[in-house]
Amino acid sequence: MNKTADNRAWFLVIPVVALVAFNALIPLMTVVNYSVQETFGDNTFFWSGVTWFEQVLRDPRFHGALGRQLFFTGTILLIEIPLGVAIALTMPRRGPWVSVCLVLMALPLLIPWNVVGAMWNIMALPDIGLLGHTLNSLGIDYNYTRQPVSAWVTLIAMDVWHWTSLVVLLAYAGLVSIPEAYYQAAKIDGARPWAVFRYIQLPKMKRVLTIAVLLRFMDSFMIYTEVSVLTGGGPGSSTTLLSIDLVKTALGQFDLGPAAATSIVYFLIVLAISWVFYTLMMRNEES
Amino acid sequence: MARITLENLAHTYFDPSEGDVEWALRPLDLDWADGGAFALLGPSGCGKTTLLNIMSGLLRPTEGHILFDGRDVTDLSPEARNIAQVFQFPVVYDTMSVYDNIAFPLRNRGMPEAEIAPRVREIAELTELTPTLKQRASGLTADGKQKISLARGLVRPDVNLVMFDEPLTVIDPHLKWVLRSKLRELHQRVRTTMIYVTHDQTEALTFADQVVVMNAGQVVQIGTPVELFEQPQHTFVGHFIGSPGMNVLPVAIDNGRALFEGLPVEVANPVAASEGTIELGVRPEFVDFAPTGIPATITGVADAGRYRIVDTQSSGHRIKLLVDEGKPIPSDAVHLGFAPGQARLYRDGWLIGGAGR
Repeated sequence: MNKTADNRAWFLVIPVVALVAFNALIPLMTVVNYSVQETFGDNTFFWSGVTWFEQVLRDPRFHGALGRQLFFTGTILLIEIPLGVAIALTMPRRGPWVSVCLVLMALPLLIPWNVVGAMWNIMALPDIGLLGHTLNSLGIDYNYTRQPVSAWVTLIAMDVWHWTSLVVLLAYAGLVSIPEAYYQAAKIDGARPWAVFRYIQLPKMKRVLTIAVLLRFMDSFMIYTEVSVLTGGGPGSSTTLLSIDLVKTALGQFDLGPAAATSIVYFLIVLAISWVFYTLMMRNEES
Repeated sequence: MARITLENLAHTYFDPSEGDVEWALRPLDLDWADGGAFALLGPSGCGKTTLLNIMSGLLRPTEGHILFDGRDVTDLSPEARNIAQVFQFPVVYDTMSVYDNIAFPLRNRGMPEAEIAPRVREIAELTELTPTLKQRASGLTADGKQKISLARGLVRPDVNLVMFDEPLTVIDPHLKWVLRSKLRELHQRVRTTMIYVTHDQTEALTFADQVVVMNAGQVVQIGTPVELFEQPQHTFVGHFIGSPGMNVLPVAIDNGRALFEGLPVEVANPVAASEGTIELGVRPEFVDFAPTGIPATITGVADAGRYRIVDTQSSGHRIKLLVDEGKPIPSDAVHLGFAPGQARLYRDGWLIGGAGR
């Protein structure tokens, strides 16, 4: 079939261009606009170049938030990925229990994020919450509104509870796609369970696990709602992750310039790390 | 290497205590001689894969026993039976190199690396995988992957039995016969008992010394390719093997004579009395035009290269015959005759006076 060039075809992409412009490009450019100018209200702007960026990148407050963010994301990835794979391995491959397991697993994913925050907030209350009260009556000194360690433990437990299911479902999808013949061949070759996992299940799950790591990285790096509802960034600034810090700067202090600069740096970090992750994993796949 | 004996083996996927259940495999006694090349031939759903999985130990038979050289292995795991199986779809361990794939069964058994290396190289040489040993297994083509499965099977020095479950299904047609003759050649060299499961008669007849034909959960005939062709023990065998298959015609018995639509036909195994359903079987190769005999009309001619397949109708029954290239085909109304000794009678499907039941 011959392709004929017809420039009128460009008209057909106008709707999607307009859509992307309105929901991504224009807001993004507004942020860029704020990040390079100074404003004193009444809509007067002065060019300030990279001043805000310099200020943000040197700010220990930003460093602190970034460090906490990296620690949070690293920790939940280290817990959720292996735990998700382990749970997926124990799930039945066929039979009536499959759908029961899948529904149970999907439940946490269906709960709105602020509700998750509120649930854990109430459950972890040291005096009346089920979790908080139980821990304290066991003699463990637990109070997430006053102790940073308690706050962090609660935060990580909440995220693991909320999101491990996603890893489970993805890993499970990878597992059920393995043809029975592989397991039969492994049996005949005398492979131990560990070898079956290492040489059959893990390689076959690799693609979906790549997606799981990427999704969990991006989502956890941008987490806001649950943390905001659970601890609001406290006690002190001990759980102030990047997004919480950003909102405090932008809406709490109304420092639009620094907030815009932070936003852009934040965005570039997410983009860069995702790209590195993806490239590394794909290169691994090809070699 | 081992002689495999199946003793009164039967299998059902249902609960046999519930009484009248469907049997995937009806009671069966079979002996596979040590070092033989066998084929298990039958249509889809005839129970051949069930039988294979029982022999490999992936499935426990509902009844009966499997003996390797007289030793009961019915309750042994696939690993303990020391067998190898090549599956329909190539199974390779993607992340490993070809070398590691072949070495895998040996490593699992704790063989020292110094002993593994020469063994792997020897088998790689045999299966023509030597140039690819360092490559990643996932990069090979389908036939390369099947060779790896095969090599993994042969690499164990003490393997009792190698089984192939329709191994050429995903192989390109032009590579099929290369791989098939390769298998045959391999068997000549290693002399391990091999069982080849297929529904393709060409594959079965070219690979095996002995072919076991199965239908509806039972073995209908065991024989050399020539025996299957010349003396089918069951109309199913006659029909399933041969291209086109055997003509099967209803006959009546009158005073020891076989009558087809009132006309006497000479058969190799006459019977005195008509008991059960009697049918006559004659291969198209042994039907020819004759001055007198069974009247028929030609309904079609298909050219198959060295011969032509002629379709005829006689009193509503279809009779096929083969006519050599160059021989004239008479116009529509003809008479047909059967070669002496090549038309046989079957009672309820089984050859009368044959080895079957």
